[in-house]
Amino acid sequence: MRYFGLIWRSAWRKKIRTLLTILSVFVAFLLFFLLNAIGQAMTGGGATIESASRLVVIHKVSLINPLPISYLNKIAAVPGVDRVSHATWFGGYYQDPKQQFGQFPIDPDEYLPIYPELEIPEEQLEAFRTTRTGAIVGASLAETYGFEIGDRVPLHAMWPQQDGSETWEFDIVGIMTNTSKGGSDAMFLFRYDYFDEARLWSKGNVGWYVLTLSPGANPVEVANAIDAQFANSPAETKTSTEDAFARSFMEQMGNIALIVQLILGAVFFTLLLVTGNTMAQSVRERIGELAVLKTLGFRDQAVLGIVLAESILIIVIGGMFGLLAGAGLLAAVSDTFSAMIGVGLSVSSQSLVLGIAIMLVAGILSGIFPALQAMRLTIVDALARG
Amino acid sequence: MSEILAELRGVSRSYQKGKEKVEVLHELDMDIPVGDFVAIMGPSGSGKTTLLNMLGGLDRPTSGTVKVGGAELSSMSNNQLSNWRSTHVGFVFQFYNLLPVLTAQKNVELPLLLTNFSAKERAERAAIALDIVGLADRARHRPAELSGGQEQRVAIARAIVSDPTLLLCDEPTGDLDRETADEILKLLQVLNSEHGKTIVMVTHDAQAAEYAKRTLHVDKGQLESRAAA
Ligand SMILES: Nc1ncnc2c1ncn2[C@@H]1O[C@H](COP(=O)(O)OP(=O)(O)O)[C@@H](O)[C@H]1O
Ligand SMILES: [Mg+2]
Repeated sequence: MRYFGLIWRSAWRKKIRTLLTILSVFVAFLLFFLLNAIGQAMTGGGATIESASRLVVIHKVSLINPLPISYLNKIAAVPGVDRVSHATWFGGYYQDPKQQFGQFPIDPDEYLPIYPELEIPEEQLEAFRTTRTGAIVGASLAETYGFEIGDRVPLHAMWPQQDGSETWEFDIVGIMTNTSKGGSDAMFLFRYDYFDEARLWSKGNVGWYVLTLSPGANPVEVANAIDAQFANSPAETKTSTEDAFARSFMEQMGNIALIVQLILGAVFFTLLLVTGNTMAQSVRERIGELAVLKTLGFRDQAVLGIVLAESILIIVIGGMFGLLAGAGLLAAVSDTFSAMIGVGLSVSSQSLVLGIAIMLVAGILSGIFPALQAMRLTIVDALARG
Repeated sequence: MSEILAELRGVSRSYQKGKEKVEVLHELDMDIPVGDFVAIMGPSGSGKTTLLNMLGGLDRPTSGTVKVGGAELSSMSNNQLSNWRSTHVGFVFQFYNLLPVLTAQKNVELPLLLTNFSAKERAERAAIALDIVGLADRARHRPAELSGGQEQRVAIARAIVSDPTLLLCDEPTGDLDRETADEILKLLQVLNSEHGKTIVMVTHDAQAAEYAKRTLHVDKGQLESRAAA
């Protein structure tokens, strides 16, 4: 790249203009990588119901509405259901309202076997069974907050206890890890029996049921059978895959995938205009200089390449800063997000490749017309114009 | 005078101006021997720049032939002309035409980007060229930090850095005061006599023309030769 110095200097001929252009490119790509990661977490490649091995049963109206505990045995009796258990949204925080993570009251004997990827030493599980206020936490969570076995951890929750207190105390008795690839263990699990007895209201309810299927069972048929059983009851159900369940957390936000696409479309359209305008101005200002390069023996194609490279350079600089900032931000919020919907956030290799491809294409698109203008410039005319 | 460097035969150049055809050069013949320093004078619009553009391979005649150093410029493609210019000819303009974003040193190195020289060799050669024009101490200055005379010296350094045989100067002192102009003209004389450059200089200034070995006059698209004063 012996022309790099020339291209670099030319790109910075108007420092403020170039800086502002890079800034808008930066914002565009920051948004791109953030929204893409969120969009993928919401909609991305989860299992379809046909291939699902676990199903989740929630209230037909919304996830927030509880289901009675009495459904447990009825669901267990549906043909094709292997194991079934339940969990409930606790929604508390640790010390500071910003320190939220997934906290669920569950049944120690029935819940964990449904998630074989969650591993915990046998003696710790035993301690969980025998400690009424016991809790088991994911290794990543334990690391983040410095939880250790034997610690007494207070959580503040929207669930008041019978004495009116909103502070719940738990004894950490175990640390679990998630052995599935990309799976999250940012969870805080404690005992439903303790929770249900101590809470002031909504006793006898659970948030949702989760079940595994018997070998060979048809997930669609099982889901339909469960929902049919509770049709026309006060608490109708909706049975779907785990991924669909995770996404239902976010449904209040509307059609996220579409919104993401619309925003990105608008952002990149603006980006092309901004960068294209910068390049057009830049070429217009130095018709004479480009003619001088040709006079010195630079070929038409070389001049085309120099202008194009300048436009690509500006976009790639802005884009790479956007990528770095995006990856950093995503890493910072990934755990919180994962605790909320069970899927972490990161720049996937897919959006990395897509992002870089967009940088190159946008660089070429916004530079091509000024570059062609520069290429077609005839020396004699350009020099006469000055 | 001996060997011929540039030879124009029956060169015509016409432009289409609206519906009208304007003939700027009309069947012009010219010979420029190796080692010449020739001034070209003539009224404004008489075709001096057009003639220089022919000699430098920036423009092609409508008819006739242009041969420089054995190369037949009138029949070369654009890319062939680009290659030829990068090694055979240096240009000096009235308004210097330096790149404002580059230092003097980097401006002078520009033509060498088209060669196979390494970065180190390019820097060395540019330093030598700047030394020849007496600006070694201004290598790191941008054009905006130089006087007009200094800018023109940088432009001359850029024109000679790839060691071409032919220097084409279009009103090189047109934008300079008398004193500075005389210095630039003396520099051109030195390049002609000591460095063996063949120089063709367009000027409308009779005093400037006196620095040349001979003067040609262009009028109505033709040359008329007179003895230099
Ligand atoms: N690209 C062009 N298109 C049309 N006319 C041109 C062009 N270049 C030069 N001319 C005309 O040719 C004539 C000679 O121009 P030029 O060679 O620049 O004259 P000089 O340098 O002697 O002043 C002028 O009348 C000018 O208007
Ligand atoms: Mg002229």
